[in-house]
Amino acid sequence: MMMRAAALGAAFLATTALTTAAVSAETLRWARAAEALTLDPHAQNEGPTTTLMHQIYEPLIVRNMEGQMEPALATSWEPSAEDPNVWVFTLREGVTFHGGQEFDSADAVFSLERAMTETSNFKELLSSVSEVRAVGPYALEIVTDGPNPLLPNNLTNIMMMDEGWATENGAEAVQDYAAGEDTFSARNTNGTGPYVLESREADVRTVLSANEDYWGIGEFPLAASEIIFTPIQNPATRVAALLTGEVDFIQDVPVQDLGRVAEAEGIEVITAPQNRVIFFGLNVGAEDLANDSVEGANPFADVRVRQAIEIAINREAIQQVVMRGQSEPAGVINPPPVNGWTEALDEYPTYDVAAAQALMEEAGYGDGFSVQLDCPNDRYVNDEAICQAAVGMLAQIGIEVNLSALPRAQHFPLIANGETDFYMLGWGVPTYDSEYVFNFLYHTQTEGRGSWNGTGYSNPEMDAMIVSLASEVDLDARNQTIADLWAMAEEEVIYIPIHNQILNWGIADGWDTVVDADDQVKFKYFVAE
Amino acid sequence: MLSYILRRVFQSVLVLLVVGLVAFAMFRFVGDPIDTMLGQERTMQDIERLRETLGLNKPFFVQYWDFLVRAVQGDLGISYRQGRPVAEIIAERLPATLELAAVSGAFALIFGIVMGIFTAIRRDGFAANAIMTLSLVGVSLPTFLIGILLIYVFAVELSWLPSFGRGDVVRLGGWSTGFLTQSGLVALILPSITLGLYQMTLIMRLVRSEMLEVLRQDYIRFARARGLRDRAIHFRHALKNTLVPVITVTGLQLGSIIAFAIITETVFQWPGVGLLFINAIQFVDIPVMAAYLMLISVMFVGINLVVDLLYVAIDPRLRA
Repeated sequence: MMMRAAALGAAFLATTALTTAAVSAETLRWARAAEALTLDPHAQNEGPTTTLMHQIYEPLIVRNMEGQMEPALATSWEPSAEDPNVWVFTLREGVTFHGGQEFDSADAVFSLERAMTETSNFKELLSSVSEVRAVGPYALEIVTDGPNPLLPNNLTNIMMMDEGWATENGAEAVQDYAAGEDTFSARNTNGTGPYVLESREADVRTVLSANEDYWGIGEFPLAASEIIFTPIQNPATRVAALLTGEVDFIQDVPVQDLGRVAEAEGIEVITAPQNRVIFFGLNVGAEDLANDSVEGANPFADVRVRQAIEIAINREAIQQVVMRGQSEPAGVINPPPVNGWTEALDEYPTYDVAAAQALMEEAGYGDGFSVQLDCPNDRYVNDEAICQAAVGMLAQIGIEVNLSALPRAQHFPLIANGETDFYMLGWGVPTYDSEYVFNFLYHTQTEGRGSWNGTGYSNPEMDAMIVSLASEVDLDARNQTIADLWAMAEEEVIYIPIHNQILNWGIADGWDTVVDADDQVKFKYFVAE
Repeated sequence: MLSYILRRVFQSVLVLLVVGLVAFAMFRFVGDPIDTMLGQERTMQDIERLRETLGLNKPFFVQYWDFLVRAVQGDLGISYRQGRPVAEIIAERLPATLELAAVSGAFALIFGIVMGIFTAIRRDGFAANAIMTLSLVGVSLPTFLIGILLIYVFAVELSWLPSFGRGDVVRLGGWSTGFLTQSGLVALILPSITLGLYQMTLIMRLVRSEMLEVLRQDYIRFARARGLRDRAIHFRHALKNTLVPVITVTGLQLGSIIAFAIITETVFQWPGVGLLFINAIQFVDIPVMAAYLMLISVMFVGINLVVDLLYVAIDPRLRA
């Protein structure tokens, strides 16, 4: 009996000691509104999923929190000297997966090919790739169907998996819910990243612990030894959890609570402009708009009407009143960190109702018209309020706007299906290059390109220039084409830029980081204060 | 008798089928899952391919039929949002909702009856009037506001209770329970009050009015004349006669506590089926929405069926 009591006591002491140890190590409790959708690194190209994946898996090249490309599993990369269609990568040696397997070029080939399959959500980023081949255990070549100077930019979110692990567990194919599949890789992970998945209950809690064999130990701060992630959807609850100290870091402080969080003791709000621009799209291609008062004609087809709208939107008022200062008014639908952005392009026209009225008069719409504006109400910061502000501003030049604000699941299909005359959209540029913007938003809507161009705009000359960007190796010439394209776009005014969003992260004392413009947290860069 | 039962069962199944049909007819108005599933870089080709494979091009009654055929075989499909079997997800989430509902039901019943009796006996006292006035506030404030107020007072200002989540849970077979850990029990307090407050005021007012009614009856007057003590009159005679309608209402309300825990679960990030349903709506996760709605309607129809059958047992006239 005594023995048993003693043993129990010892066991109890051991557990207490363990708990104390766990508390004294640096645990970072992290919350944000959205949950990752899957653990399969190639299944969902979507912010919160990619963020979680970045802690566990690694791409060949990664963007650090300042947005610069940095070596991850590739140590160097350059275009081949012999063949302009080939990029040569040198892979990092001595890297092991969490399961102990070694990372080599076979894994890289496997992962890239997996990301190019039909059900992968990343295949568009690799659409120019015709072949991936291993030329040595740590040498990789990617062949493109023409010179692609920007291929490395497209690789920063494409994660590397272990071929053996995937094959053994039947996870060669990307998870495909369409086929009713429940794949191994959607529940299990085996990456090379700084953190190892300990446990996960979707929508409840995901626990990550430090990877003790990480190749980057000593190179990165790696201040957190454990990360506990909890999605908290309700903004008020999320802020409360930060204020009470139940979480240390929240990725989305609501605009209306910024003051309160900043004033609270022991918490800091850190901000940075986001890589996301908010704008309105105008249906310029339709013969006649579906929901307007003008019969037999499309008022948006007249560039003067578009210009009138452009100068009738008071961007500074939206910034001050709707966004409480948390935005940067924009003059171009290209966020500042993106190649092709210039200060001159981003200058927005002066708000001028009289000039706008004159333009409307000139276009023959002096008496105005009515039109429907489609707006999401749960996607961007204060999206519906921005639209409401625009309704009032456009009324001043005689355009009576009927606002239709819908949840995202109903709003975005309108754009894809071309069922909207006038809509709000936000756009981030993960490749940090203007080609991405032109491809999706300006190119004529075809099977492969222009899938987010809901304006009906089609300009063959512009299309040809956009296509040429993909294979132009001379970077100066390419940048010139980009500048020319932006000049054309500025004249056409098919989009009305509003502003770039600003990111607000709330972080408890004891931790510090810089805010990533893509809202992609990479915890290996977090430092303890 | 048998024909009565068979008729009731047949009617219940019919109701279930109609609920499902209406649900499937509504899904198209919730939105299109394709965009949320494919991400920013999708092409028009991807959209077509996915719509085809998911069968979203088919008319809603065909989709409904496909769902029924698979559901009968026990296959509820795969969640669009999580990529896992819907049955597994619901089984994982149901304990959280059921435990929350049980605790808030108990809270509503105990406090409702006690306060109902109190306000009936001391009907003109200051405390009773204060409770009655406060209960009006409880009925008229929306649930999410009550939840946020409670979080603000007890979590942010006083730091007594957690603001979100279920705390630590213990797994017992397929069931996860928060009853066995301290953090789990503490985490139950605020959500249970939020969810049960409306039911509590309802029961309290019901008990009060029934009690007042009963206290006016002749047999209470005779009891007093017999010189029985107040305590015996109130609790042995009056209360017993008050409880019949209370039990009926409580039974019916338990169903709605489970079904309408959605808002409370969202405010407290409570990982139950209500939160699952809200997420499913935002994502247009049709398999989860369909399964949840069917589950809730099976529950309601089931409760009603049991009540109907109990009537038969109680009322001999129906057996003829």
